[in-house]
Amino acid sequence: MWALRHYLGLHRSNLLGALGRLGRQPFATGLTVLVIAIALALPAGLRVLVNNVGAVSDSWQSAADFTVYLKLNVTADAAARLARTLESRDDVASVELIDRDAALAEFRAESGFGEALEALDGNPLPHTLVVRPASGIRSDVEAIAAAIDAWPETDLVQLDTAWVTRLRAMLTLAARIVDLATLLLGLAVAIVVGNTIRLEINNRSVEIEVTKLVGATDGFIRRPFLYLGLCYGLLGALLAALLVGLALLLLGPPVRALAALYGSGFGLEGLSLGENATLLLGGGLLGWLGAGLATARHLRAIEPK
Amino acid sequence: MIRFENVHKRYAGGREALSGVSFSMERGEFAFLTGPSGAGKSTLLRLIALIERPTRGTVLVNNHNTARISRRKIPAFRQRLGIVFQDHKLLYDRSVFDNVALPLVIAGASRREIERRVRAALDQVGLLGRESHAPITLSTGEQQRVGIARAVAPRPDVLIADEPTGNLDPELSLEIMELFTRFNEVGVTLLIATHDLELIERMPHRRLRLVAGELAGDSGPEER
Repeated sequence: MWALRHYLGLHRSNLLGALGRLGRQPFATGLTVLVIAIALALPAGLRVLVNNVGAVSDSWQSAADFTVYLKLNVTADAAARLARTLESRDDVASVELIDRDAALAEFRAESGFGEALEALDGNPLPHTLVVRPASGIRSDVEAIAAAIDAWPETDLVQLDTAWVTRLRAMLTLAARIVDLATLLLGLAVAIVVGNTIRLEINNRSVEIEVTKLVGATDGFIRRPFLYLGLCYGLLGALLAALLVGLALLLLGPPVRALAALYGSGFGLEGLSLGENATLLLGGGLLGWLGAGLATARHLRAIEPK
Repeated sequence: MIRFENVHKRYAGGREALSGVSFSMERGEFAFLTGPSGAGKSTLLRLIALIERPTRGTVLVNNHNTARISRRKIPAFRQRLGIVFQDHKLLYDRSVFDNVALPLVIAGASRREIERRVRAALDQVGLLGRESHAPITLSTGEQQRVGIARAVAPRPDVLIADEPTGNLDPELSLEIMELFTRFNEVGVTLLIATHDLELIERMPHRRLRLVAGELAGDSGPEER
């Protein structure tokens, strides 16, 4: 019990010592922490980007909706009848009829091409059916589309799934690239911390030598440096989380404005609590690791002369 | 307590710092190690502290054959040994208290034990009340006494000192020697390297004299 308390006391004093050491050189500490933060914020930010694009594509994909453009000579009544026929099918969840006049009015109001449209004689837009299949399975969707395509009234069936599939593939690739970047930048963090600790070891070689002379074990000498590395990593990760949050804060309003133009309520999603925890944990771990590598390599070299 | 058996130490380049040195010291003995500079005094002490290892021969400290002490075991070995350096080797970014406490912290003493022993050691060297001072604000003699307090705070069996009075004037040197004598009186084995023959002239202790790496004289107190 006492041994444990003594052990914890040593760790506590090591941690406080490390923080004190960082606080005494605010400029140098700040620079190192900033470098670490940028190296961590980059993969974290990319992760946020991929997550958000994924979320957008998910909302499109889930619907698996497709659009049917009817021929221009199809009347509103005929279009409504077709919509009802479609809706009675078991494999169709719902059908939305977009009336050509309503479509034109909306287009005129929102596109900004209002005056150009005046130049046209008549409405160039057809009646449109937006079909939501009951299942999102590709073959089912394609079966419905094929059936509709065979109607004489149908001008064009536009399946949007192809590009969504491509986007998904690209997102998978992007996520893999982010993984690689995370790996490399994580390595960079460990190296930055390791190098900083190496300099610290050099600066304190006299202290290390004296401590060894009065009987310090390798563990006793190594521990303050490990804590120093841990603090660098944790502070860097904390700053990285703040940087990502700040970036989202700056990008949030324009993204919402852009999404609103597409009639979407989409907003940027930041790092989740779990992801932030992972960031902090990872940063601390990398700092500890970098310090561990540096001490393993350099502490042994400092022997009493 | 300390025994050298035909010890040789040769440095890279072929210079032989010690050749065929043999002597032995009993527990509680007080001996001076004398001789001109470069005679091998420091080397001999470094072999005792396991800072270096002999090229040939056997060094026994406290009945341990130092050749059998692995690198990992050196810290525990040094915790039983007090070392005083000519240049004090204090840590100047810490208070006097923290300097003296260092070996106790390393040994894992409790906080109360550390405070008690640091005060006792500082009291012995006449620096009680200076715990919170920075070493740099003390005089050279006082700094040396802090170094001595650090060496004796863990109550070592053996105390070795390399020119502990090298930078001090005669009066301070005598004070330091009297301090060592007091430690010896409570049973600590002392081996002190010095070239200050005038200083130790009046002291009734054994003298090991090194010349060019060889033991040229061993005058026990009984012969005086």
